[in-house]
Amino acid sequence: MGIKKTSLNKLHQTYQAKFVEFAGYEMPIQYKEGIIEEHKFTRKQSGIFDVSHMGQLFIYGKEDLTEDLEKIFPLDLKKLKLNHSKYSFLMNDDAGIHDDLIITKIEDGFLIILNAACKENDFKILSRLLNNKYKMVLDEKRSLIAIQGPKSAEILNQIINDTINLSFMTGGWFKYENQKIFVTRSGYTGEDGFEISVNNDLAEKFTKELINKGAKLIGLGARDTLRLEAGLCLYGHELNIKKTPIESNLKWAISRERISNGGFIGSKIISEQLTNGIKQIRVGIKPEGKVIAREKTKIFNDTESLIGEVTSGTFGPSVNGPVAMGYVDNQFSKKDTKVFLEIRGKKYPANICGLPFYKKSYVKGVNK
Amino acid sequence: MSDVKFSKEHEWLKVEGDVATIGITKHATEMLGDIVFVELPDIGTSVEKDGTAGVVESTKAASDVYTPISGEVIENNQSIVDDPAKINSDPENEAWFFKLKIKDKSEIDSLMNKEEYEKFAKESAS
Repeated sequence: MGIKKTSLNKLHQTYQAKFVEFAGYEMPIQYKEGIIEEHKFTRKQSGIFDVSHMGQLFIYGKEDLTEDLEKIFPLDLKKLKLNHSKYSFLMNDDAGIHDDLIITKIEDGFLIILNAACKENDFKILSRLLNNKYKMVLDEKRSLIAIQGPKSAEILNQIINDTINLSFMTGGWFKYENQKIFVTRSGYTGEDGFEISVNNDLAEKFTKELINKGAKLIGLGARDTLRLEAGLCLYGHELNIKKTPIESNLKWAISRERISNGGFIGSKIISEQLTNGIKQIRVGIKPEGKVIAREKTKIFNDTESLIGEVTSGTFGPSVNGPVAMGYVDNQFSKKDTKVFLEIRGKKYPANICGLPFYKKSYVKGVNK
Repeated sequence: MSDVKFSKEHEWLKVEGDVATIGITKHATEMLGDIVFVELPDIGTSVEKDGTAGVVESTKAASDVYTPISGEVIENNQSIVDDPAKINSDPENEAWFFKLKIKDKSEIDSLMNKEEYEKFAKESAS
């Protein structure tokens, strides 16, 4: 099978993208200006991300679908209002994470945004769990474009009127060039922003309009530094089939009611871990100097015992220093615990810290 | 710049008497992207031809720096440790990495001149 290209591939080339293969797609890692400039531009202005490689799964059904999905996801889907979104995960019986996702209630069912590398497998798992009872479409005819950063609302609203009135983690259908597009106010950079699902044949035109209004294309490299500064997990790094949402420190994403009542896949292990505790937990790690702790860097305590491992680490352009996330033994997970990172045979001091590394307020609602 | 030589690992080397100044090429910085961390060999360290002599890290990954010839480190450039972005802006002048007391001048003969390196860099990039 050849490498897949998104509808924006030509546009990426026009803007001198450097490409990498990511989950079977040829994706831009950066453009001409480089990761640091792209990162800072997103924090100050507005960055456009081609996330068309991600899965857009539409599942159509009524009340029985909602009920069946509640047997899978740890959410109160019955209480989820129309056009409202929630962050969640698809788990196995051991509460190991198959994928993390955003689920949105739409009029005729649900829209689930899945990770590119996981989407085919997720589709199989969900088809099986739902016994092929519902129409499911992993839509390849639609592109997904994210626009992130403080100027994004203003820019997008010039093209699609009224999107500025969406509050965070809500969405809706809008019209663009007489076609239906789905816009949600969400993102994965720690900035205010939107994700727009648009037909492939309009994706380039739409993106060019965003560029004309002052936004810039941003590569996957800056997407990674932005999400890491924002303390957000990346599947395949912080999250995998061996990690549970409790260990990943994502308990907040599980509905409280669902924790006490159970009845979703993985619920037994989740309540067991909440009662008996866990061995390791995800934390933020701030190296004291300039040295960068990459993925798989070993973490030691002050008596030289191995206590964990880094899952993501890079230079944070807005923090202006190194940042990392990883898993450490629970007793060393408290904020300000001093730890040591083994990098190229030497041990460097670091501190466990709260997340995110970089804080900015999302738009919760709009005063009219 | 006729006294500047280049290695296949994308280092440059400038010889003055029995001292060589070593850094990484502009082409190397373009491949690496934004450099955010550098580690240099300590003064007094003996390094062997083609052995590692430091590390550069970009936002994307860490890469070893190799020394194109053997010798003893007599100086290292602290200004690039404090401000690694200098390596991107002026890699072949201000952002030199370290200076060596040359052990064996004949090792320099196997290195490329500017034209040879430019051809090599162009071919290895495509």
